[in-house]
Amino acid sequence: MMVATYPSASHRAELRPALLEIEDLSIGYRSGEGGVVPVIRNATLSIAPGERVGIVGESGSGKSTLALAMLGFLKRGGLRTSGEVRFAGASLFSMTPDALREIRGRRISFVPQNAGQALTPTLRIGTQIEEALRRNQGEKAQEAQSEARRLLESVRLQKAELLARRYPHELSGGQLQRVVIALALAGKPELFVLDEPTTGLDITTQISVLDLLDEIASSTGAAMIFVSHDLAVMARSANRLVTMYAGEIVEDGQLANAFEAPHHPYTKGLLASAPRIDRHTLPHPLIGSAPSPGLFVTGCAFAPRCSYCTEICRTIHPNLVVTHRDQGRRSRCHHWTEMTLADVPWSGADKRHPRDPNAQAALLTVQDLAVDYRHTGMTERLKQVVWKPVARAPVVEKVSLSIGIGETLAIVGESGSGKSTIARAIAGALSPLEGSITFASHRLAETVATRTIEDRRGIQFIFQNPDSALNPRHTIYQILDRPLQHFTDMNKRERRTRIETLVTEVRLPSNYLDRFPGQLSGGEKQRVAIARALAPDPALILCDEIVSALDVSVQAAIVRLLVNLQQTRQTSYLFVAHDLAVVRAIADRVAVLYSGRLCEIGSADEVYSAPFHPYTAMLIAAATLQTPNSTSRAVRRPLIGEIAITSRGCPFASRCEYRIAGLCEREEPPWRSFGTTHTIRCHLSPDELTTGVGSLLVQGLHSERPDTPWQKNGTGDG
Amino acid sequence: MNMATIKSRIRGDSFRSHRWRSIVKRLWQSNAGAIGITILSIHLLMAILAPLIATHSTTTMNPMHPFGSPSIQHLFGTDRYGRDIFARVVYGGRIAIVIAAVSSAVGVALGSLLGLFLGFTRGITDEIATRAIDALFAIPSLLFLLLMTTLFGGGIAMLTVVLACFKIAPVARVIRGQALDLVGRDYVTAAKLRGESSIAIVGRELIPNTIDVMMVEFAMRASWTVMAIAGLSFLGFGVTPPAADWGLMISENRSMLQISPWGTLFPIVAISSLVVGLNLTADALAKTLGIDRTEVVPG
Repeated sequence: MMVATYPSASHRAELRPALLEIEDLSIGYRSGEGGVVPVIRNATLSIAPGERVGIVGESGSGKSTLALAMLGFLKRGGLRTSGEVRFAGASLFSMTPDALREIRGRRISFVPQNAGQALTPTLRIGTQIEEALRRNQGEKAQEAQSEARRLLESVRLQKAELLARRYPHELSGGQLQRVVIALALAGKPELFVLDEPTTGLDITTQISVLDLLDEIASSTGAAMIFVSHDLAVMARSANRLVTMYAGEIVEDGQLANAFEAPHHPYTKGLLASAPRIDRHTLPHPLIGSAPSPGLFVTGCAFAPRCSYCTEICRTIHPNLVVTHRDQGRRSRCHHWTEMTLADVPWSGADKRHPRDPNAQAALLTVQDLAVDYRHTGMTERLKQVVWKPVARAPVVEKVSLSIGIGETLAIVGESGSGKSTIARAIAGALSPLEGSITFASHRLAETVATRTIEDRRGIQFIFQNPDSALNPRHTIYQILDRPLQHFTDMNKRERRTRIETLVTEVRLPSNYLDRFPGQLSGGEKQRVAIARALAPDPALILCDEIVSALDVSVQAAIVRLLVNLQQTRQTSYLFVAHDLAVVRAIADRVAVLYSGRLCEIGSADEVYSAPFHPYTAMLIAAATLQTPNSTSRAVRRPLIGEIAITSRGCPFASRCEYRIAGLCEREEPPWRSFGTTHTIRCHLSPDELTTGVGSLLVQGLHSERPDTPWQKNGTGDG
Repeated sequence: MNMATIKSRIRGDSFRSHRWRSIVKRLWQSNAGAIGITILSIHLLMAILAPLIATHSTTTMNPMHPFGSPSIQHLFGTDRYGRDIFARVVYGGRIAIVIAAVSSAVGVALGSLLGLFLGFTRGITDEIATRAIDALFAIPSLLFLLLMTTLFGGGIAMLTVVLACFKIAPVARVIRGQALDLVGRDYVTAAKLRGESSIAIVGRELIPNTIDVMMVEFAMRASWTVMAIAGLSFLGFGVTPPAADWGLMISENRSMLQISPWGTLFPIVAISSLVVGLNLTADALAKTLGIDRTEVVPG
């Protein structure tokens, strides 16, 4: 075999004694019928002190169960069917509960996915940390208090003293995540297990949390295990990548090596399906979907989705074999030697046909839109009479944009920037405070109630969360039939034909028509939602974060579907998103929104290259994929502050590193034009915007070689 | 495939009936559900087959044979007037079950409509109505019931109407909470953006998603009603003598408890078994349907 040809250098594990060893671990969950559904199968993994390991996989791959098993913990109904987990030589699953408690928190810390739910809502932050300190280190009350403050400062939370007296609900998502990390730090552990540590946070917050973890790992020398579905998170924080598929470890190796030349088709598929901010090509989805847990497979579990699949894959289950001894790489694939990224068409063939922004007349024009959620409840009105309301800036202010026929305009911004509010105002779900919306050359009435049926038909909406968007008690047929009944005068037979066409168009099998949404996966539900929006043949579809709740590979398929549908139907999209990489792949033009006000608008190529608005530069820097030792790390800079609402001057001033003191905070920035389509709203001179802002970024974005899809760098941590 | 199968497939009939079958199956598999359903079935069968089971009349007095102990002739013995207790218990079930079922069905239906209306429209009407409902809960329900029955009189029909009205407020409150949650779902927003009428939204989007809660409410309210009827009759405000009613029987025979406990014991067993049966079924149903029943039943 190929394995034997590699020089037999000493194995990594021999060089550094393992901190955590997982040996042949299998875990299952008890099913209702008395059987056991396997979720982890024969996992073997050894983690050295100070290592940073990323565990990646789609939802349902068993990665979270594996993470919990590293603490000797099984969820309710969980059952260890074989194997061991050893920490510093001691088996976690055969320990007494007391001994386990000694280890948990003190030597292994867990950082849960949802920080908000991990904290007790009725206890002050300080009290919770002090509690952990007292338990872990037996600190006395006085010492614990000052230690807690020191911990909060060490996770770079400002005004630690004030914060310690707050309750969890008074903190932002980023702050909560830091508090949970501070809690994990309380025991001075040797190993951190982090379950999706940044999922659900804004990109800039994500980066600062990851940077913090990076700092902690360097200063304490603790090992870190990141469980995530997000390759960008892995790239930024892990040195070693473990890929999981259908409950099995399918690839293990140094992250840089795996990114450059994966040894398993699933890793390759994940790499190809992740949208990239530096490429305006469409991502490549993995075909098919992961097998449901417990499904018995002969041969390779990935075979049905694999392009390398041959007869042997269907009959013989591949073992996890060492593929590169020096780099400590393992792969569970019969064909790993054939694996290459070279055949992924990163550019060229699949490039979206760029649209001339001046070519067609505008379909929708929004002029000086301002929206606010004024409280209209009885008690609110009473309050406004009794106490004078505080004057504040509306959620969305002075937003003007237009969308051409068959064009995709993306609105990007962080949470709370008002991007969804704009979409909702266009849809007529909210009535704007000021401004006008013109659709198909006539002015739209403010809300759906006053709009004509033609207008309602022409603008359709797709929601972020497919679980909530479809009525669980209606069949897919009923869901698709309703808009047709409502908007068209088709008879039953015509509607049926139309529904069948729609289902085919969104690539769903026609036998799905009599299913209920609960019987569909997340990606399939989102396809149904797209079909429902397409049903009345609208001119404009408002897409509100429609791919952010989906797995990467599914996300890529949905993005492709939208683009293909647009090419055949000439539908316009307003694509609201926070993910700059997805936007790059789908949008013709991009509008950047900060705190309810536009800072930059232009074609996708213009927005993603100099001149930059300082905020756009910051977002792009945060979203640019970086491996731990990549050269473009230079663009990392501290991200300061969180969104602050100001009513005067530039909303971004408080976080801007190019701020002109005395000017930016006071005066509204002017619009500066670059060419006919690109405008930036900033006090900086056009020269400064072109050469100063994001100059490092430009370097970073273009420093890579054109045919290497992932940033090239050294061979790991060495 | 013929047209009928296509139609039923489109409506999701197979999956829908599958859902119900699996609910019944899971209900039967749980201990509480199996015991509850068994008890309920026995009660229902006895009520339906009453003329066949009970050979004696419920009202014919036999002064020669009062306070009889259970015997072959009188299974449960006889009361102070010599009436057959078994016949009275069996026929008493008819009254309890009919009043409980009808008043709960009417109460849950009206309460649900009110709750859906309030939860969907929100605004000032909702605000006022909800506060009013909360205020109603402050009044002890038994006192209120007594007041109503004295005003409108006893009798089975009147009792049913009064008890039905009594359920509107608490059911409305539960369903309103449910509706408030549903109104925030995106599929309701989608219907609003289509420009659907309120009736269409309530009917198509909300009601199918509240049916589960309504069923559990029905079972809980029915159990409460059985207790309420017994209580009222016991106090002399409910069913009028000489009708065979469990509460009435306890009230009539309790003074003779030391001489002959049978006239009190058997109606008590009947009431408690029916209530336990209903409660077990309601709990099991709530658990099967995944409904968190934290709302306290007043009364």
